Amino acid sequence: MRERTFAPSRILIYLIVLLIAAAWLAPLAVVVLNSLRSNEEIAQGSMIGWPQHWAWSNYLAAWSGFCVAETCAGIRPYMLNSALVTIPATIFSTMLGAVAGYAVSLWRFRGDTWIYGIVTLGLFLPQQMRLLPWTIVLRDIGLINTLAGLVLIHTIQGLSFTTLFCRNYYVAIPHELIRAARIDGAGFFRIFWRIILPLSPPILIVTVIWQFTHIWNEFLYGVTFTSGQQQPVTAALIALSAAVADIPQHGVQSAAVIIAALPTLLIYLLGGKYFVRGLTAGAVK
Amino acid sequence: MTNAAAIRPGRPALPEWVRRLPEYLMIWVPLLLSAAHLVSFSLWTIWISFTPSTLIPVSGWVGLRNYSAVAASRNWQIAFDNLLLFGSAFVLLSLVTGLALAILLDQRIRGENLLRSIFLYPLAVSFVVTGTVWSWLLNPGLGIQKLVHDLGWTSFKFDWLIDRDMAIWTIVIAAIWQSSGFAMALFLAGLRSVDTDIIKAAQIDGAGPIRIYRRIILPSLWPITITVVVIQLQFAISTFDLVRALTNGGPGIATQLPALVVYDLMFQRSLLGRGAAAAVLMLLILLAVLLPYAAWRYVQRRRAAHA
Repeated sequence: MRERTFAPSRILIYLIVLLIAAAWLAPLAVVVLNSLRSNEEIAQGSMIGWPQHWAWSNYLAAWSGFCVAETCAGIRPYMLNSALVTIPATIFSTMLGAVAGYAVSLWRFRGDTWIYGIVTLGLFLPQQMRLLPWTIVLRDIGLINTLAGLVLIHTIQGLSFTTLFCRNYYVAIPHELIRAARIDGAGFFRIFWRIILPLSPPILIVTVIWQFTHIWNEFLYGVTFTSGQQQPVTAALIALSAAVADIPQHGVQSAAVIIAALPTLLIYLLGGKYFVRGLTAGAVK
Repeated sequence: MTNAAAIRPGRPALPEWVRRLPEYLMIWVPLLLSAAHLVSFSLWTIWISFTPSTLIPVSGWVGLRNYSAVAASRNWQIAFDNLLLFGSAFVLLSLVTGLALAILLDQRIRGENLLRSIFLYPLAVSFVVTGTVWSWLLNPGLGIQKLVHDLGWTSFKFDWLIDRDMAIWTIVIAAIWQSSGFAMALFLAGLRSVDTDIIKAAQIDGAGPIRIYRRIILPSLWPITITVVVIQLQFAISTFDLVRALTNGGPGIATQLPALVVYDLMFQRSLLGRGAAAAVLMLLILLAVLLPYAAWRYVQRRRAAHA
């Protein structure tokens, strides 16, 4: 079966695939190289080139030096903001989604199909339909321009995805298992804790990776509901490129882009299998 | 089942519903919050779209006036035309790219895992990052055009980013780079699930690889194709971040898209009624894609259940 003859057609296949792969890697390579070139060096040539002097100081400047508006603290506070939004919202939405998915698929209760149906509509409803209501809700409960407000939004909105992921995973668990445990007197939480949770790591990893990536990368809510020092890093990147429009600092900007993209890229590198599983699980909804 | 209660050990004195309160709360509160916000937020936005609200939400009824104002605005018209062009070009090209990549990777090639990771990694990156990076690459004074000029070919021209007619294609390029891998992943899963017995039988009958692809493998992929098209269209309709980072709607308003119009009306011009109307129009465009899809899925399931 596994013969590897190097017929011309095989060589052609490899050639095409490698060319496309190179094209797909090129943007990353360009930014990584730029992040190591000085602003002056880039200004003299183009954005595409090999560093003449390795300007590692770009990373220091991007992390804690450059100025957006009046504050010169680099990208660090915005990275922290993103982390403070993404980590709690990921944990909350995953936990609540796991319980909800379990309740809907195995515990069953009156009205479960209805409420589950409505919750999954959240996968499709455009963010634009929720922008104004969220503005008013956040203002009324005093969470506008706070990280807690973003955590709240992402937790509630994330539930649509996390409930769907977990529910689709839990329906494969045999009902007899739950029935037997209930006859033995185990309640809702005991069954969840003793039976469901030990079976859950694969789907929890998928859900956590999905939520983390999406919340970290989210921009619209960040830019709408926060400003200045409260912004997540995606919004800060846009503010940065607007702030340096007059005197471009492409080396430092490239370093900032790399830093901002690093958490989700690392997660992808470490958990690629689960990342792809989430993509396809989301697709077969 | 009936004697189950009898077997159960002695119950505590608390009434059943109090004892089970934490459980009810845990089941209902998150689900109800999620469902309630979806329903009430949608209804509220729809209601606002029929009111004369500007800076703040007010009650009142203006009928379809906000809708006609949005539909008559140049901003929306350009956004809608752009959506048609961007949506169809992006969906078609990412479909072709994704399918081609899947078929190539399915040829039992070395390093398949590594290659697959390369085609998928843009999905892990935010649209803001993608847009920023491509805005550099496609900027004629900085990116590809500048590089080619520096190499000596000074008449080379690649300035779509600042060309009103071509700028929308820069968004198509970036979007394809970002999400063709997604189509590839789904197609690859589809290719791997084709019944190998049928393929072997066809090979025994003397069918060549091209014939097998055309007659057996590709036809079996069309349900996946529809799923990919719908998901990519859903993405195209709500595209916001990518444009914001890549062209910010420019040059002028040449790369305006509906999501940008909504944001502009709501938060930059403070015309809440019109912004809400534009958001509802976005929802209607989305429904025009999703409802036929849902109907198709329903028919498929019925057919599968009867078969």
